[in-house]
Amino acid sequence: MESKDYLKDISEIKNMMHKSSRFISLSGLSGILAGIYALIGAALVYWLVMTYSNGVLMLDGWVYQTCLLILAIVATLSIITGILLTTKKAKRHKAKIWDATSRRLVLNFLIPLVVGGLYILIILSQGKYGQSGGLMLIFYGLALVNASKYSIGDIQYLGYIQIVLGLLGAWKPGFGFWLWVLGFGFMHIVYGAWMHFKYDVKK
Amino acid sequence: MSIINNINKAFDHRIRLGIMSILMVNEYADFNMLKELLGATDGNLASHTKALEKAEYITVEKQFIGRKPNTRYATTKLGRAEFKKHINALEKLISKQ
Repeated sequence: MESKDYLKDISEIKNMMHKSSRFISLSGLSGILAGIYALIGAALVYWLVMTYSNGVLMLDGWVYQTCLLILAIVATLSIITGILLTTKKAKRHKAKIWDATSRRLVLNFLIPLVVGGLYILIILSQGKYGQSGGLMLIFYGLALVNASKYSIGDIQYLGYIQIVLGLLGAWKPGFGFWLWVLGFGFMHIVYGAWMHFKYDVKK
Repeated sequence: MSIINNINKAFDHRIRLGIMSILMVNEYADFNMLKELLGATDGNLASHTKALEKAEYITVEKQFIGRKPNTRYATTKLGRAEFKKHINALEKLISKQ
């Protein structure tokens, strides 16, 4: 009888530590969808560049601008999906969406991401676009690792993978596009599926 | 016998355990955050924080955010050490059974 009470105490302690410090994990499904958006976007870009630009991306053509637009749409759709599905999941678990811990999560995620985004825009405007694929991966990876301190769901591992892919992309800029596809497309799907089965399905 | 001695009476309540758990992993927490997480009433939570404060396990800091009074809590060194001892004792008791 007594032992049962102590066990309850311990689980209560763990529960409170978890609930108070870490934002509810992102929905795994949103990771899968983000990966699919990225793959569709990459396929479109690939087709555009191959068909209208002879496989070479020129900086001021309409192809290039369309590619940037596709990138922006992919990013926006991913974020919207992520917010929608995570909100739904949080409601199901009766967790609060917008409290001190989620604010901390978002802030820590955004700092490396916004810095990276601005940096990429600046060097793009200077005509140095060879590194942008790798840089996107590196800054996104750093954002994930930074945010992982405030989230359940092991996103730091996804972050490490993105950083490694990004460094590879910096080393071999020619593979930047394919590494981007691997990082933002396939890794999101793999990670999302893993999270989905590890955290979402059981409950 | 020594294990039993490490069970700290000051933590022997769900709300107090909760307060300490939250403060162990957060630099500080304000009254409303504790209230929401623990699902306690104002009076209940206030009496438990007072007890922990009296034992010098937590510190209380009253300030104003704009015009609203805000009370925040943080653990003391003593509180952290005692709480760790308490958890260890609990774990030992469980593994003994």
